[in-house]
Amino acid sequence: MSEIIEGFIQAVELIISLNPEVLEITARSLLISLAATLCASLISIPIGGFIHFRKFGGKRGLITIIQTLYALPTVIAGLFVFLLLSRVGPFGFLGLLFTPSGMIVGQTVLIIPLMVGMTLIALSGVKQSIQDEVVSLGATTTQTVMTIIREARFAILGGVILGFGRAISEVGAAMIIGGNIRGYTRVLTTAIALETSMGNIAFSIALGIILLGIAMVVTVALFLVQER
Amino acid sequence: MIELVHVDKRFGENDVLKDLSFRVEKGEIFTLIGPSGAGKTTILRLINLLDDPTTGMILIDGKDTRVSEGERVALRRMMSFVFQKPAALRGNVFQNVSLGLKFRGIPPGEIRQRVTEALGLVGLDGYEEREATTLSGGELQRVAIARALVSRPEILLLDEPTANLDPGSIERIENLISSLNTRFRTTIILSTHDMVQGQRLATRIAVILDRKIRQVGDSRQIFYQPGSREVARMVGVENIFDGTVTANEDGLASITIGSTTIFATCHYPAGTAVTAFIRPEELLLLGGDGMKSSARNTLRGIISRVTPVGPNIRIQVDAGISLVAIITRRSYDDLALSPGAPVHTSFKANAIHVMTRAP
Repeated sequence: MSEIIEGFIQAVELIISLNPEVLEITARSLLISLAATLCASLISIPIGGFIHFRKFGGKRGLITIIQTLYALPTVIAGLFVFLLLSRVGPFGFLGLLFTPSGMIVGQTVLIIPLMVGMTLIALSGVKQSIQDEVVSLGATTTQTVMTIIREARFAILGGVILGFGRAISEVGAAMIIGGNIRGYTRVLTTAIALETSMGNIAFSIALGIILLGIAMVVTVALFLVQER
Repeated sequence: MIELVHVDKRFGENDVLKDLSFRVEKGEIFTLIGPSGAGKTTILRLINLLDDPTTGMILIDGKDTRVSEGERVALRRMMSFVFQKPAALRGNVFQNVSLGLKFRGIPPGEIRQRVTEALGLVGLDGYEEREATTLSGGELQRVAIARALVSRPEILLLDEPTANLDPGSIERIENLISSLNTRFRTTIILSTHDMVQGQRLATRIAVILDRKIRQVGDSRQIFYQPGSREVARMVGVENIFDGTVTANEDGLASITIGSTTIFATCHYPAGTAVTAFIRPEELLLLGGDGMKSSARNTLRGIISRVTPVGPNIRIQVDAGISLVAIITRRSYDDLALSPGAPVHTSFKANAIHVMTRAP
């Protein structure tokens, strides 16, 4: 018990003293997950818009698949992207395996279904009467889509924040694709896993506190956005 | 300007409109009147190209509207539609009113000037910065009208435009509708369940009943010469009698209804089965002492029911046939009428609209 308390105190010291390694890992985590969230947004919001505004066969089935993939296990996303990026895989020539860029790809793949799904929910939250109004005001198809996306912007942003939360807290894809290379691909979650197994409890707790702090900021941001 | 040709509209199994054909000329105020659920909104949505007819076609300026989406956008930009329940988009009133102009690529300076002007027309000067989602129903209705006018449409579609408004605003909007029509020759198609509004504004009126157009005509035709029993009821003709012409002397017909005979101007010969329509406002009440009236018909009866209707009184008289008269409260008081009192009811022969019917 005292070891845990000891670890906790040391963890707080590590954070307050702005331990360079702690800072570096935190910064990398934020950078990779923010980049992944940005990439996923650029892909997911247009896909969500396309699915919402177009009528096509199998739409219902596609939405069900997307919803199932909300719970895509992180290690499976990791394995999938690992196979794509590995030397024998189709994108092996890019040399992205065990790089931060590769991790961004992994997290992007992981959160795309969630963000497409959230975009769909956000867009269907815009009443048909609003869409009629926009079309009636003389909007072209593109103008209609853009206006409805703008109308749903806060709900869509909520989905983006959720996506970021999932990206920064996942460990499977980061571990498999990044490889947890110290000073290069080591992020908060992979560092916690490693340091804990090595008995370096204080360091793990410090990173855990930071990760929780980020989660809290995300939750507060989500709350503020949904208040709008 | 706008022509509907044998238009049918079905939503799934439900027929919403059946075999609709009519034409609206440029510069007309064309009013659709009918009870709610009759299909008025659907007609306006079809004209605005928001929905497509199941069968039949719609022509705008003689052009078939079954064209590419790009061309439909161009047609839609000739018109504006004020929905019965307008939707407010996120943002302030300025953003809401200017949206259609932004879609059309109008420069920002001109947008600002036109929005200010449009808000002035609907009596919402200075509302630019107000959040649109916090407006009252009446304010939103007027914002929607400003949003429709700001693009200076050739065709203005209004779905129950004054349903949410207070009397002062109704008058303002009705005046606005009339002046747009006279100043800019804007073609206006308006739906209303308010007969009197239809009459005040319309060049022509179409009566929509049970998913079909029953009659199209000017207000005099619709209100005084209804084409059927259903239309007559719809436009407030409360006295409808089936009878037979028993004699006709130089256009003055005697019509026997049960044991009562009335005189009406019509050209139907003796023996014709007819229906007679008399508006309740055409009936004059004369008190129980039987004063003489110049009107051709005077029937003696007993007041069976009295109901106040706004500033007027609706009086039902049992005079062999059951008659309904609407008189002002002042006349009612002056004549000292009350239920059970004897009364003379008189009406002119030319106040009766007579139609043949299947015997």
